[in-house]
Amino acid sequence: MKKRWAKRHVAEAIFKVLMLVSFAMVAGSLALILWTILSKGLPAINWAMLTQAPKGGYYLGKEGGILNAILGSLIMAGSGTLLALIIGLPIALYLETYLRNSLWARYVRLALDILWGIPSIVYGAFCFIFMLAIGMRASMLGGIIALTLLELPILTRAMDEVIRMLPRDLEQAALALGSTRLEVALRVVTRQMLPGIVTAILLAFGRGIGDAASVLFTAGYTDRMPNSLLRPAASLPLAIYFQLSMPYPEVQKRAYAAALILTVIVLVASLGSRWISSRLGKNVIK
Amino acid sequence: MIKPKSLSAGESQSARLSPALAVRRQSDKLAKWLFFIFSIIPVALAIFIFVLLIYKSWPILKVNSIWQLLTGQVWKPEEGLFGFWPFITGTLWVTLTALLIAVPPCLLTAIYLSEYAGRNIRAVMKPLLDLLAAIPSVVYGIWGMLAIVPWIQNRLEPFVQQYLPNFPLLKSDNPTGFGILAGAIVLAIMIAPFIIAVLYEVMNNIPSGLKDASLALGTTKLQTIHRVILPQALPGIIAAVGLGASRALGETMAVLMVVGNVAKAPHSILDAAYPLPALIANNYGEMMSIPLYDSALMTAALILLVIILIFNVTSALVLQRVMGRMGV
Repeated sequence: MKKRWAKRHVAEAIFKVLMLVSFAMVAGSLALILWTILSKGLPAINWAMLTQAPKGGYYLGKEGGILNAILGSLIMAGSGTLLALIIGLPIALYLETYLRNSLWARYVRLALDILWGIPSIVYGAFCFIFMLAIGMRASMLGGIIALTLLELPILTRAMDEVIRMLPRDLEQAALALGSTRLEVALRVVTRQMLPGIVTAILLAFGRGIGDAASVLFTAGYTDRMPNSLLRPAASLPLAIYFQLSMPYPEVQKRAYAAALILTVIVLVASLGSRWISSRLGKNVIK
Repeated sequence: MIKPKSLSAGESQSARLSPALAVRRQSDKLAKWLFFIFSIIPVALAIFIFVLLIYKSWPILKVNSIWQLLTGQVWKPEEGLFGFWPFITGTLWVTLTALLIAVPPCLLTAIYLSEYAGRNIRAVMKPLLDLLAAIPSVVYGIWGMLAIVPWIQNRLEPFVQQYLPNFPLLKSDNPTGFGILAGAIVLAIMIAPFIIAVLYEVMNNIPSGLKDASLALGTTKLQTIHRVILPQALPGIIAAVGLGASRALGETMAVLMVVGNVAKAPHSILDAAYPLPALIANNYGEMMSIPLYDSALMTAALILLVIILIFNVTSALVLQRVMGRMGV
């Protein structure tokens, strides 16, 4: 009896150690990645890096910085997120306040799930075919459209989940007072889900700004500052990808700096969404 | 919504509505139509992507049978040879190795979080997983190139050559460090937060009465986990792994940067491989001059999409059923 008892507890102890090791591995890998990016990126960051475009032509020049990529990425991911929000918010509101669980709602959700699963490289290729067909070249507009498509399912599904979690009583109270469903959607639901919307926006923005495969063909790459919707625009992920493979240390440095900046932007978005949603959450009636 | 019959009955009654109410009802109706039109977009987009991919792959499917393309070993676009076998096997090797690396620690971590960890650790873990999930794939790629590839090249490969020279899955003549293992390690870390999050949800959804009943009979926690929780969670675990797999299959940049990109069917985890997304990313844009090349690449995209959707939709359905059964 005693022996068996002891055996059980030894097994338990071993299992516990294994779990702690796995937990440490997951947490440790994050630390390891951040360490690599920081130790390579920090020495490469300086004022010129942040305020100048590369000089010397075709991303081989050794002078200058990565301002073109920073701006390009912010503009493209920002506009992409905005467009996705404009399309996605009505869909999310429609799904919950008008449709609930009807057949059409199920189809729309299924379509959004399928779109979510489509890899970004396929979005990139899809947009590129489309652009070729209408005679458009790689341009900032193409990048914006690709990112909009990429972010739309993420944003819409995230908002949809938020609305689902809302208590129904408020909506019903508003309806009972005689408001139309549109008024309920705009004045009650939207206000209640505000923290959720912000979280969803920042999540989608983070995905968009970090994605390289979708802008690879659609936005192209250039050393110039983003100056027109119809010209190619640089982006941070591609700045990393292209410059890292160059044999010049000065150019590689720009890749490390770009990686650090991209990581910082994404982490700020991730942590910021947490902070904002907890702050805005104060006004939500539970 | 309940509304009095008289309001919707006809022209004569609606004339009696106050102008403000009429406007409100009009705008409600208008919004309903507008919202409906918006909701067509995702459905139309999903269908359109499929149709366009099939339409673009059609030219090459007319020349070669689908079987020929899928099992063809040789990829020489200039000679009109488009064999997808090296790319399909490359994709599967990388994904499978990544899952083998990722799933055991993820499972243990999820069990730890749901059964053992105190509140504080859970509160730290959630943002930590979010951060890991938020890091862009290019950054993972850099990390793979700077940390994993040199490790494999300088430590693992000499070790293997010295002590395990003829070990089946490790035997390789690729000395660069770029290869399936590097891609798989990077991918494993990328999909880990995703898998852990789903597993955690699944385990949290197991009714606590089951656990309590088992513990009340005098079992240790480990026995409860082994005999009660894991069997209950099994479908959910499979679904979580399936979702992770669909993520891994479509990942482009991080893998592309470390996997070596050699169009040959791999035989060892130290071989280089050339997964489908990398094929598309590397060649699209410069395929215009070779006949059927773009059609072949779109077929690659179609194959990739079909594989991913099979994993994705099956796992989502299983997960829905699991969560539904548990009364959520």
